[in-house]
Amino acid sequence: MNLGAIDPVLLIASLMVASTPIILAALGELVVEKSGVLNLGVEGMMITGAICGFAVAVETGSPVLGFVLAAVGGAVMALIFGILTQYLLSNQVATGLALTLFGLGISAMIGQGYRGIKPPATPKLDMGPLSDLPVVGRILFSHDWMVYFALALVAAVWAFLKFTRGGLILRAVGESHDAAHALGYKVVRIRLAAIAFGGACAGMGGAYISLVRVPQWTDGMTAGAGWIALAIVVFSSWRAGRVLLGAYLFGGITVLQLNLQAAGVPVPVEILSMSPFVITIIVLVIMSATQRGAAVAPAMLGRIFHASS
Amino acid sequence: MKRRTLLGATAALAVLATGAFAQTDKVKVGFVYVGPIGDGGYTYEHDQARLKVIEHFGDKVETVYQESVPEGADAERVMTQMALSGTDLIFATSFGFMDPAANVAAKFPNVKFEHATGYKTAPNLAIYNARFYEGRAVLGHIAGKMTKTNKIGYIASFPIPEVLRGINSAYIHAKKANPDVEFNIIWAYTWFDPAKEADAAKALIEQGNDVLLQHTDSTAPHAAAQEAGNVIAFGQASDMAEYKPMPRVSSIIDNWAPYYIDRVQAVMDGTWETSDTWDGIAPGMVEIGEITGIPEDVKEEALALKDKIAAGEYHPFTGPLNKQDGSVWLAEGETAEDGALLSMDFYVEGMKSEIPN
Repeated sequence: MNLGAIDPVLLIASLMVASTPIILAALGELVVEKSGVLNLGVEGMMITGAICGFAVAVETGSPVLGFVLAAVGGAVMALIFGILTQYLLSNQVATGLALTLFGLGISAMIGQGYRGIKPPATPKLDMGPLSDLPVVGRILFSHDWMVYFALALVAAVWAFLKFTRGGLILRAVGESHDAAHALGYKVVRIRLAAIAFGGACAGMGGAYISLVRVPQWTDGMTAGAGWIALAIVVFSSWRAGRVLLGAYLFGGITVLQLNLQAAGVPVPVEILSMSPFVITIIVLVIMSATQRGAAVAPAMLGRIFHASS
Repeated sequence: MKRRTLLGATAALAVLATGAFAQTDKVKVGFVYVGPIGDGGYTYEHDQARLKVIEHFGDKVETVYQESVPEGADAERVMTQMALSGTDLIFATSFGFMDPAANVAAKFPNVKFEHATGYKTAPNLAIYNARFYEGRAVLGHIAGKMTKTNKIGYIASFPIPEVLRGINSAYIHAKKANPDVEFNIIWAYTWFDPAKEADAAKALIEQGNDVLLQHTDSTAPHAAAQEAGNVIAFGQASDMAEYKPMPRVSSIIDNWAPYYIDRVQAVMDGTWETSDTWDGIAPGMVEIGEITGIPEDVKEEALALKDKIAAGEYHPFTGPLNKQDGSVWLAEGETAEDGALLSMDFYVEGMKSEIPN
């Protein structure tokens, strides 16, 4: 056993990288759920984004273009879900699950010709002297631009929901779609926009896995990250800031688990792997035990809206 | 309309029937893969061997395969389906397919089964394996010579004898090359999960391991080593040549083609019977990939070691060797028996970590 072998600075730096895909996906899902829609297809949208981004980056040689098209791919997938649930009024849980299965299948099909290929590298941002600062430089100023983009997006979503008129409308739709409709807001259109945003975020999260974190394409490579993102939204009790906390907790435990093994600490892998989920359940229990806990979730979450009702 | 449907159906039936008749003079061979054929590693090599079988026999053989089959009940379903659809010979290519293969073999006595890396046999279930540990001895030597931090990271899959043999063989020879060497093991609990393998490789690199060995099947650890810069890695199961000359400095390649061609031929001749094959470097089932990017003297030592193993002059597990707890395993000059190797469940002396249970 040699705990000294684990460098906390490097540990934090790598947990920031490991958490980036789930931050993006969870943030997108947070906005979707705030509008009153439950989309369980995060995993399917992530894997679709992963292959779209990978394929485009390989063909064009540009990782930036890859990320953009990953967002488009994820959004297209999400809009399939949107049209089914918002216009055809299908059940959101079943449609979301179907979207995951569909995404895993179609990504494997698109990905046939992209196995074993190296994608163009996503360079780390060059921040000059800032990166050379002790401790802070390694943790904060030595990542690729997607890490900063994800962090900026957390702040943007938080500000949007809290301070802007648009955020207020989105929340109103999620809390009472009938009231929002009576006020003249286009409930379906607002929800479709939220769903597309969620898909775009999930797609970029998936592309981060295939373009930066691994980087290569293999079938089913998101390996459950979408489900973790869904758990984090609940864990965060629908707040953008806590999404960050939750993602770092989940990402951190994954990285810590491997580091502890490498350092020869005999901690059972299974216990560490399940701990974030156990914590999520505990948080849920605490939330529902308190009086105001029940009011945390958007009131219309998962409910079908039709203007006639 | 109805008549047309009927006609169509009859035509389809006729096609099916001719198809079935045409199959009888062909040997139909099924392959069950644990990963995607594009993994660039273990499954890729099995599929290359399948293609060589087709190349060798041409029209006389027909192959089917199923990739990314989970180890467990799904494997049983896949093999049953293959057996029902007229397959004569089925290769189950992963350790975890052992019980499913045994179960399905019992149900279809006329279909021949071959299981890789396991230990259960039946009159219609043969087993085959490669002595990967011979190759790992050569890689271990290079690893010991090349490490500057004296720390070697090892991404392991599952704590089974196959993997433990590899770790022990690599460790023994790394230690001979460099007495200060230390092995750090991460158990990934998967044969193939690029994201997890990449994270494991990064964790090892961050802790100062400058040589990576892997018993998982993807090239993700090579990508991590390349990004880190001064880290070397070894191809697992396949050459992983796209990372040549650095960080990939050599590799263990599984060459299953000669064995597969032999066995298919045996089915054609009607001479197939159950067997237990365990071949190493000498017959060419285990190959060492081109050695690149390291000093010439290390390369020559490694090749000399390989030749000695191939010639049968040297066994990678030759005493004196102690187990991790200090008890004697092999006395001076004694070599390990196959039975002891097949059931290996311990580390050799000097390993620091514990085997998870």
